Amino acid sequence: MNCAEADVMLHALLDGELDAGHARDVEAHIAGCASCSEKLAAFRAQRDAIAGAELKSKAPAALRARIEAALPQPTPARASAAVLPLRPSRRSFFGGFATGAAVSSALAASIVLTIFRSDREQMIANDVVSAHIRSLQAGHLMDVETIDRHTVKPWFEGKVDVAPPVIDLTADGFTLLGGRLDYIDGEPVASVVYKRRQHVINLFVAQRLGAARAAVSARTVQGYNVRHWSEQGLEFWAVSDLDPEELGEFVRKISAAARPNSAS
Amino acid sequence: MAGYAGDEHDKARRFHDAALPCLDDAYALARYLLRNAADAEDAVQECFLRAFRHFDSYRGPAMKPWLLAILRNVCHAEFARRGRHDAADENDAETKTEAVPLWQEPQPSAEAALMRQHDDETIRRLIEDMPQPFRETLVLREINDLSYQEIAQVAGVPVGTVMSRLARARTMLRSAWTAAEGSLT
Repeated sequence: MNCAEADVMLHALLDGELDAGHARDVEAHIAGCASCSEKLAAFRAQRDAIAGAELKSKAPAALRARIEAALPQPTPARASAAVLPLRPSRRSFFGGFATGAAVSSALAASIVLTIFRSDREQMIANDVVSAHIRSLQAGHLMDVETIDRHTVKPWFEGKVDVAPPVIDLTADGFTLLGGRLDYIDGEPVASVVYKRRQHVINLFVAQRLGAARAAVSARTVQGYNVRHWSEQGLEFWAVSDLDPEELGEFVRKISAAARPNSAS
Repeated sequence: MAGYAGDEHDKARRFHDAALPCLDDAYALARYLLRNAADAEDAVQECFLRAFRHFDSYRGPAMKPWLLAILRNVCHAEFARRGRHDAADENDAETKTEAVPLWQEPQPSAEAALMRQHDDETIRRLIEDMPQPFRETLVLREINDLSYQEIAQVAGVPVGTVMSRLARARTMLRSAWTAAEGSLT
């Protein structure tokens, strides 16, 4: 774990949101890092100060009475029932959502996703790079180690809901090392691992329902080059410390080979 | 009353028992989202009426996040109706704050001690001044005491986004807090 990851994770530690394994990882990093350990102490003090302050406004008694009066009475009619009539316009408008809360929350979700799509994309890019960095730590790179693509592909079966294209690019100078199950954004994804010279490339593949074909977008996160694109209902993220031109070449080869009617 | 069937009374009683205990949480969130007591009261009332209408489709798990998700929708409708800076605030917030470093070196001072000097009103104001998605995440966590999973459910975003927003929100609050201290001394 590096400081950038710890920056986010120490809050989850503070909030007791980590499982034992992750908590150990964060604590191990903090124990050896003066700067992160100082942050944890400062954020803990801040959280305690917030918890100790009186920040939660109590609902006014009149509001409670208005709501109780507006709802059907649990026991037959009380005198207070006439206190506040409903605003008819709003009620009839919202009454139109006959299918209930599911509709409004789905609607809300789609609005939020639209507003924050770029944030989400950046968040996933960060996730992808973190997963790449984790994979480079000893013993984490591959769950199945082989240069034979016919071994890698079946290995993923039943582990992820996607059949990632596993393509032999040895002739192009990209050696297939194997495959790994990883988690991005809380979802299991397939990672197909390649290598050029000493540079490891993680190709993350996830299923995206309704994913339209999206052109390759490039970015750099913590010094790693990241390429993101989608096609054939699959979403691809390629990460490596390989230089941008070579990673671009890799992406073109994968993309060309993944298309069904290409001659590859 | 003749107008209500027996099961309607029963539904009202179940809703009353399940939802009314969350009233303070709902009101507190609405206050922070709308930053105005009268609007907050209207939003909470609308939320409870809507929740009651949809109570038949409520399958759990927890009442509080379910109710707060409805409240959040009501508040967003209110933003849309107002059509003023709140909406712009939200759209710009995440890109605008990208430039803010996640961590700034603290002043060499006994922070915890300084924090105590601030009265509750100052902390409340600092939270109210935060851009919408960060304010919302922080309030859901620190004031409504929801888990990350529940916050994700209320805000309709992945848990990973909740984590990154919360980290950023707390860092922003900390910077603002430090700055507020600086202006006092």
